[in-house]
Parts: sequence; C-alpha cells; structure tokens
Amino acid sequence: MRHIISLLMENEAGALSRVAGLFSARGYNIESLSVAPTEDPTLSRMTLVTVGSDEVVEQVTKQLNKLIEVVKVLDLNEGSHIERELMLVKVRAVGAEREEVKRLAEIFRGCIIDVTDKSYTIELTGTSSKLDAFLETLEHSAVLETVRTGASGIGRGEWILKV
Amino acid sequence: MSVELTGAEITIRCLQEEGVNCIFGYPGGAVLFIYDEIFKQDKVRHILVRHEQAAVHAADGYARSSNKVGVALVTSGPGLTNAVTGIATAYMDSIPIVIISGQVPTSAIGLDAFQEVDTVGITRPCVKHNFLVKDVAELALTIKKAFYIASTGRPGPVLVDIPKDISQQKTQFVYPDKVSMRSYNPIVKGHSRQIKKAAELILSAKRPMIYAGGGVILSDAAPQLTELTQLLNFPCTNTLMGLGGYPATDKQCLGMLGMHGTYEANMAMQYCDVLVAVGARFDDRVIGNPKHFFNENRKIIHIDIDPSSISKRVKVDVPIVGDVLDVLKELIKLLKAGKEKPDQAALKDWWKQIELWRARDCLKYDRESKIIKPQMVIEKLYNITKGDAFITSDVGQHQMWAAQFYKFDKPRRWINSGGLGTMGFGLPAAMGVQLANPKGKVACVTGEASIQMCIQELSTCKQYKLPIKIVNLNNRYMGMVRQWQEFFHGNRYAESYMNALPDFVKLAESYGHVGFKIESPGDVEDALKEAFKRKDQLVFLDFITDQTENVFPMVPGGKGLSEMILV
Repeated sequence: MRHIISLLMENEAGALSRVAGLFSARGYNIESLSVAPTEDPTLSRMTLVTVGSDEVVEQVTKQLNKLIEVVKVLDLNEGSHIERELMLVKVRAVGAEREEVKRLAEIFRGCIIDVTDKSYTIELTGTSSKLDAFLETLEHSAVLETVRTGASGIGRGEWILKV
Repeated sequence: MSVELTGAEITIRCLQEEGVNCIFGYPGGAVLFIYDEIFKQDKVRHILVRHEQAAVHAADGYARSSNKVGVALVTSGPGLTNAVTGIATAYMDSIPIVIISGQVPTSAIGLDAFQEVDTVGITRPCVKHNFLVKDVAELALTIKKAFYIASTGRPGPVLVDIPKDISQQKTQFVYPDKVSMRSYNPIVKGHSRQIKKAAELILSAKRPMIYAGGGVILSDAAPQLTELTQLLNFPCTNTLMGLGGYPATDKQCLGMLGMHGTYEANMAMQYCDVLVAVGARFDDRVIGNPKHFFNENRKIIHIDIDPSSISKRVKVDVPIVGDVLDVLKELIKLLKAGKEKPDQAALKDWWKQIELWRARDCLKYDRESKIIKPQMVIEKLYNITKGDAFITSDVGQHQMWAAQFYKFDKPRRWINSGGLGTMGFGLPAAMGVQLANPKGKVACVTGEASIQMCIQELSTCKQYKLPIKIVNLNNRYMGMVRQWQEFFHGNRYAESYMNALPDFVKLAESYGHVGFKIESPGDVEDALKEAFKRKDQLVFLDFITDQTENVFPMVPGGKGLSEMILV
C-alpha cells in the first residue's frame, strides 16, 4: 500500500542523506521525497511517499524515528489528510493542438505559464493521481518534458505535526 | 574571563571531564595537534595499537567489560577506513563507544586532499550517529552529545570528525553539565499497562520460557533477570550476546539457544506457550526460519529499549518499550504484590519435558580421544579459571565452543562479536578488557585463522605488559567454513585450509612473549595451569586440535529450531 509519511527534522547538513541512506540500506522504496525548511529555519519538513506492507511501513517509521536528527514522524495515512503535488509540463502545441491543450489545462485547473509558437508550459497542482490523470489525457508524443515535486501532505483540521 | 583553548586541548579536556582514563589510538597528520595535547598531560592514558581496527575493538572490549564508554582516536583517510570494521562491530552489538577521527582542514574538504575520505558518509550506516565539527565553538558540545548519545537508549558507536584546523583554532572552553536534544529522547520506563498485561500473560503460562539477550547485559539487569526467573521457576535461555545474564550453572538455565544452541533450549523455545523475550531481537541465528517458528502457537512478550526491534522479524503480542532494568523491576514488583502464581502442576510437567530434552546430552563429545578435542580445552579453561575469567573470542567454531562450554555465571565476562561476526576481534578486545580490569584473568579463545587477522597486536600487548592468555584452537582449517563445506557443499573444502601457518610459539617469542605448543590431551591441563601461573606474561597456547570436529547441535540455515542436526 502507498503511504505518505511526514517528518520534521533538524535542518542540518547531512540529515537528508541519513534518511535517503536508511531507505537504500534497508531496501525500502521511496516513490517521492520533498523537503524544505519550515517557518522555523532550524527545522526541515519532509514528505516521503513509500510503498510497502503495513509491517514494512511500521518498520520504516520506527527506523526514521531512530535517526538522531529526526524530531517527529507521522504516517499521514493514519488520519484524514490533504496531499498536493506540483507539476510543470511542457507540451507540444502546434496548429489545432493549441486550443485542445489549452482547454484540457483549464479542465484540470492548470495554468499556462510559458508560451512559444510550438509549445505551452503548464503548471498543475493536485494529488499525485490527478497529475497522472492529466498526463494520460495528453497525447503521449505531445509531452516534451515533465517536472514533478513529489507529494507534500498535511493533516486535516486540528491534526498538526509540530515540535 | 577564562582562557581560550585550542580545539585539540578542548578535545582532551572533554575526555577528562567525561572521566575517560584510557583511550586507544594511532597518530597521523590530521590528529597531530590532538596527540600533542595527549603528550602534555597524564590524566588520559593513550594506548598505541598497531592497526586502527584494533583501536576500535580494544575500546569496544573496554566498554563491554566495564560499562564505561570506550574511546578510540584515529587519523583521517586510511586511519578511519581501517577503523570501520571495528565501528560496524560495535554498532551491530550496540556497544557504547566514541570514535574521534581527524579530518583534513575545512578548507581542503572536498578537494581530494591527501588522506581525505568522506568520514561521515562512510560511517553513516554503521554508527548510531556521527558529527563533522565545522566550528571550534561547537566542539565541546558536540563531544558531550557524542558521549550522551553513545551511552543512552540503545547504546552504540558515535563518531566525531574533527578537521585539523578546528583542532588548532581557539575558543573559550565550557563543558556543559547536561545536554538535551529535542530530536533524541530515549524511552526508559515501560508502559505500566503493558507491564500489567505481561504479568497476566506470565501467570497464565503452562509452558513458559524466558529468552534473554544482550540487552540484559547492556542494561546491567542480570540480577533482575535472575530474580524474575527464580521467582517464577521458569526456564531461561540466553542468546550468544546474553551469556552471563543468567547464571549458566543454575539448573533453570537451559544454556544458549539458536543455530548452535542446546537441544533443550531450542526445543523449549519452539514448544513454549508463553515466551518472555528480554533485550533480544529474534535474529536469524536465533530462531532460524521464522515461518517454522510460527508453526507452533505461543504468546510473546517482548521487552526492548528499541521500538524498531519489536515486531521486526516476529510479531509479538505484548510489546514493552523500555530499559530492560526498569521494566524487569516493575514486573517483579507487580508479580510479588499479587497473590497469584502460574499453574504449578503444568509447570511441573513442563520441567519434566525439559529434563527429557536435557537428558539428550546434546553437547557430548569423545572424551577418550587421543587427539585434543577443542571442547575439552574450553572445559579445562573453565575449571582452571574457576569460571571467573573474562573470555574474549574471535569468530568461528572456537567461538561456539567457548559459548557452549564456558559456563558464564556473571555478566560482562563473555566478550565476542555476535552481530557482525568479526574475525580479528578477540585479541584487541582482550587488550581493552585487560586494561579495564587490570587484575582480571583474561583469555582470548581463538583459532589459527582468526588470530592472524590482528596478530600484530602482540606488539601492543608487549608494550603495555598485558598478560592475556591466548587459547588458540588450531585445527589448520577455517573450521566453521570447513564445517559448512562438509555439510552443505559436498566436502569440497574450497580455500578453507590454512596453509603455510607460522610457528606460533616462535612468533609469540619473537614479540617477547611465551608460547607453548600442546599436542596431547594429557598436556592440556598442565599447559593451562602453567599459563595462568605466569601472571605477568602473555602466554600463547597453541593447541593442536582435531581437524574434523564439528559444532553440534546445528540448526542449518533456513531450517526451524526443532530441526537440529545432533551429534
């Protein structure tokens, strides 16, 4: 099963490689990983998407907790949460395609943020599966380049991950 | 206004503040300022090893036998890479040590400087934590943190990498009394509701078993384990790392379990209905095939300080995260306060069954043999030292025989590399043990293959007059490799014969020690007696043993605990 794990860690050199190293050393999967400092610059917030059985994910969270620089770990799947990912996708847009692509982008509530006479670059935010759906809608050969940030997640309502 | 000190001075002052009186190391370019400070003081004694691997093993043996944090000091580059085997050894067995390594100056980091390696990167997977100090003002706090992290929670090695310029720069020295880290708060106390559940389950047991590991030793909880076991009249088995946690000579002790565990311990482990796991982690050498282990139904209580050890290989029913010492105390209190006792009739039947298993006498061997049997050497060693020696070992058959035949009644007497299985561990670890216990009898049980992996340390032993007794079970084979080749690889002894062996007696003598070669069973006892009479000398005892002897019982890889090969 796919799990989305959030962690707060010390914003120190090497902390990220401890997390990445843990996953490779123990043979866990990382589907995506996104990390940046929080409003408190001494802390970084990381969102990690992994796939594994419940037992494996339990081990993943325990092992993450064991890392000295990790302050808190939360498996967002344990509660109601919101997930978003940002994608930039450059699409071929020539002739009749231009209208079609523009309409599709509107349907998915994307923004065209760069235009040339041969292409559009579209910015799209949503759950990872929405981004997948958008890419599937486009004609495969029309996609020139995609950049995805990996998922970020946050608990709903009062469910807060803080020190 | 206090005077400013250099990073090197601060390093040594920190060690003094931590009460460290002995460190193991090897100098080199990046640590010269630190060595200069060692030279100028006499509170911290430095033991010069002959290879950095030995420095870490010695610090490790020091820590295991004394419950103090061991300290090793190595230079950058090859100094550090040589130390990695020692660090990984300590990591696998959760031993509290602090490694201080020199690094090239901060301005040279990343430029492929002479003797530069990415120390923090190389050691990351085999330390509890590591630090690269980039500001001399952070040095004292970093060393404080290193000792704190190494010795609390589940212990382990912590490395502090100090660039040469940092050891030269000056700052005010303040050693913090305490350190607190928001990201590191090890749990000590077990959850009281879980402990209550455990007590209830224990009282319901009809075929109970206590399975105790290295956590009991590390937490200094041997008296509590003994009290609990005797209070309940339960059988107790110890893992390789847990030997001495429960007195081996007591009738409730079933000996070691696992791949080379006793028949009674493995059978009781397989067929118990309530298992109390204390500071042990159900590893592959202990329970064999986990699927086979679950062919039988049993309820499991698991006490461990590391949450990630719980339900890692084996699902448990009552997990208790906490320090073994603390949890056992609570559990004993609870059981004593209640009036209930486990079903005594059922317990009696269970013991009857265990005695039948025990009568199988799984550790028997040919006592009339004309060739020296390795088991007999260990038995004699046990008798002559009255079971009161510190025994270090290397890795292989001799390690298993030592574990099976030396009856450890006290904790911290059995010093071996259980997790990583590091050949070459025994002799340097014995140096650390001897330095931590100057009056203790220390023997290193080894084989002719293992001993050669750190043989250079005979020189260190001479320099510091360490009267270690080396018990070399010399069968001219890498015995355990040969045994596996015999059992599982059609007697094809690929590269497991030790050709061109040195004359160990002459070798010992050339280092200034005493060496005996013993070839007849009748001479074993006298040779050991003579060796221990020489209180101030290292004696190398080269026992020429039976080449074909195998370690029994044996649970072959992938098999279940009740599927032992017996002698």
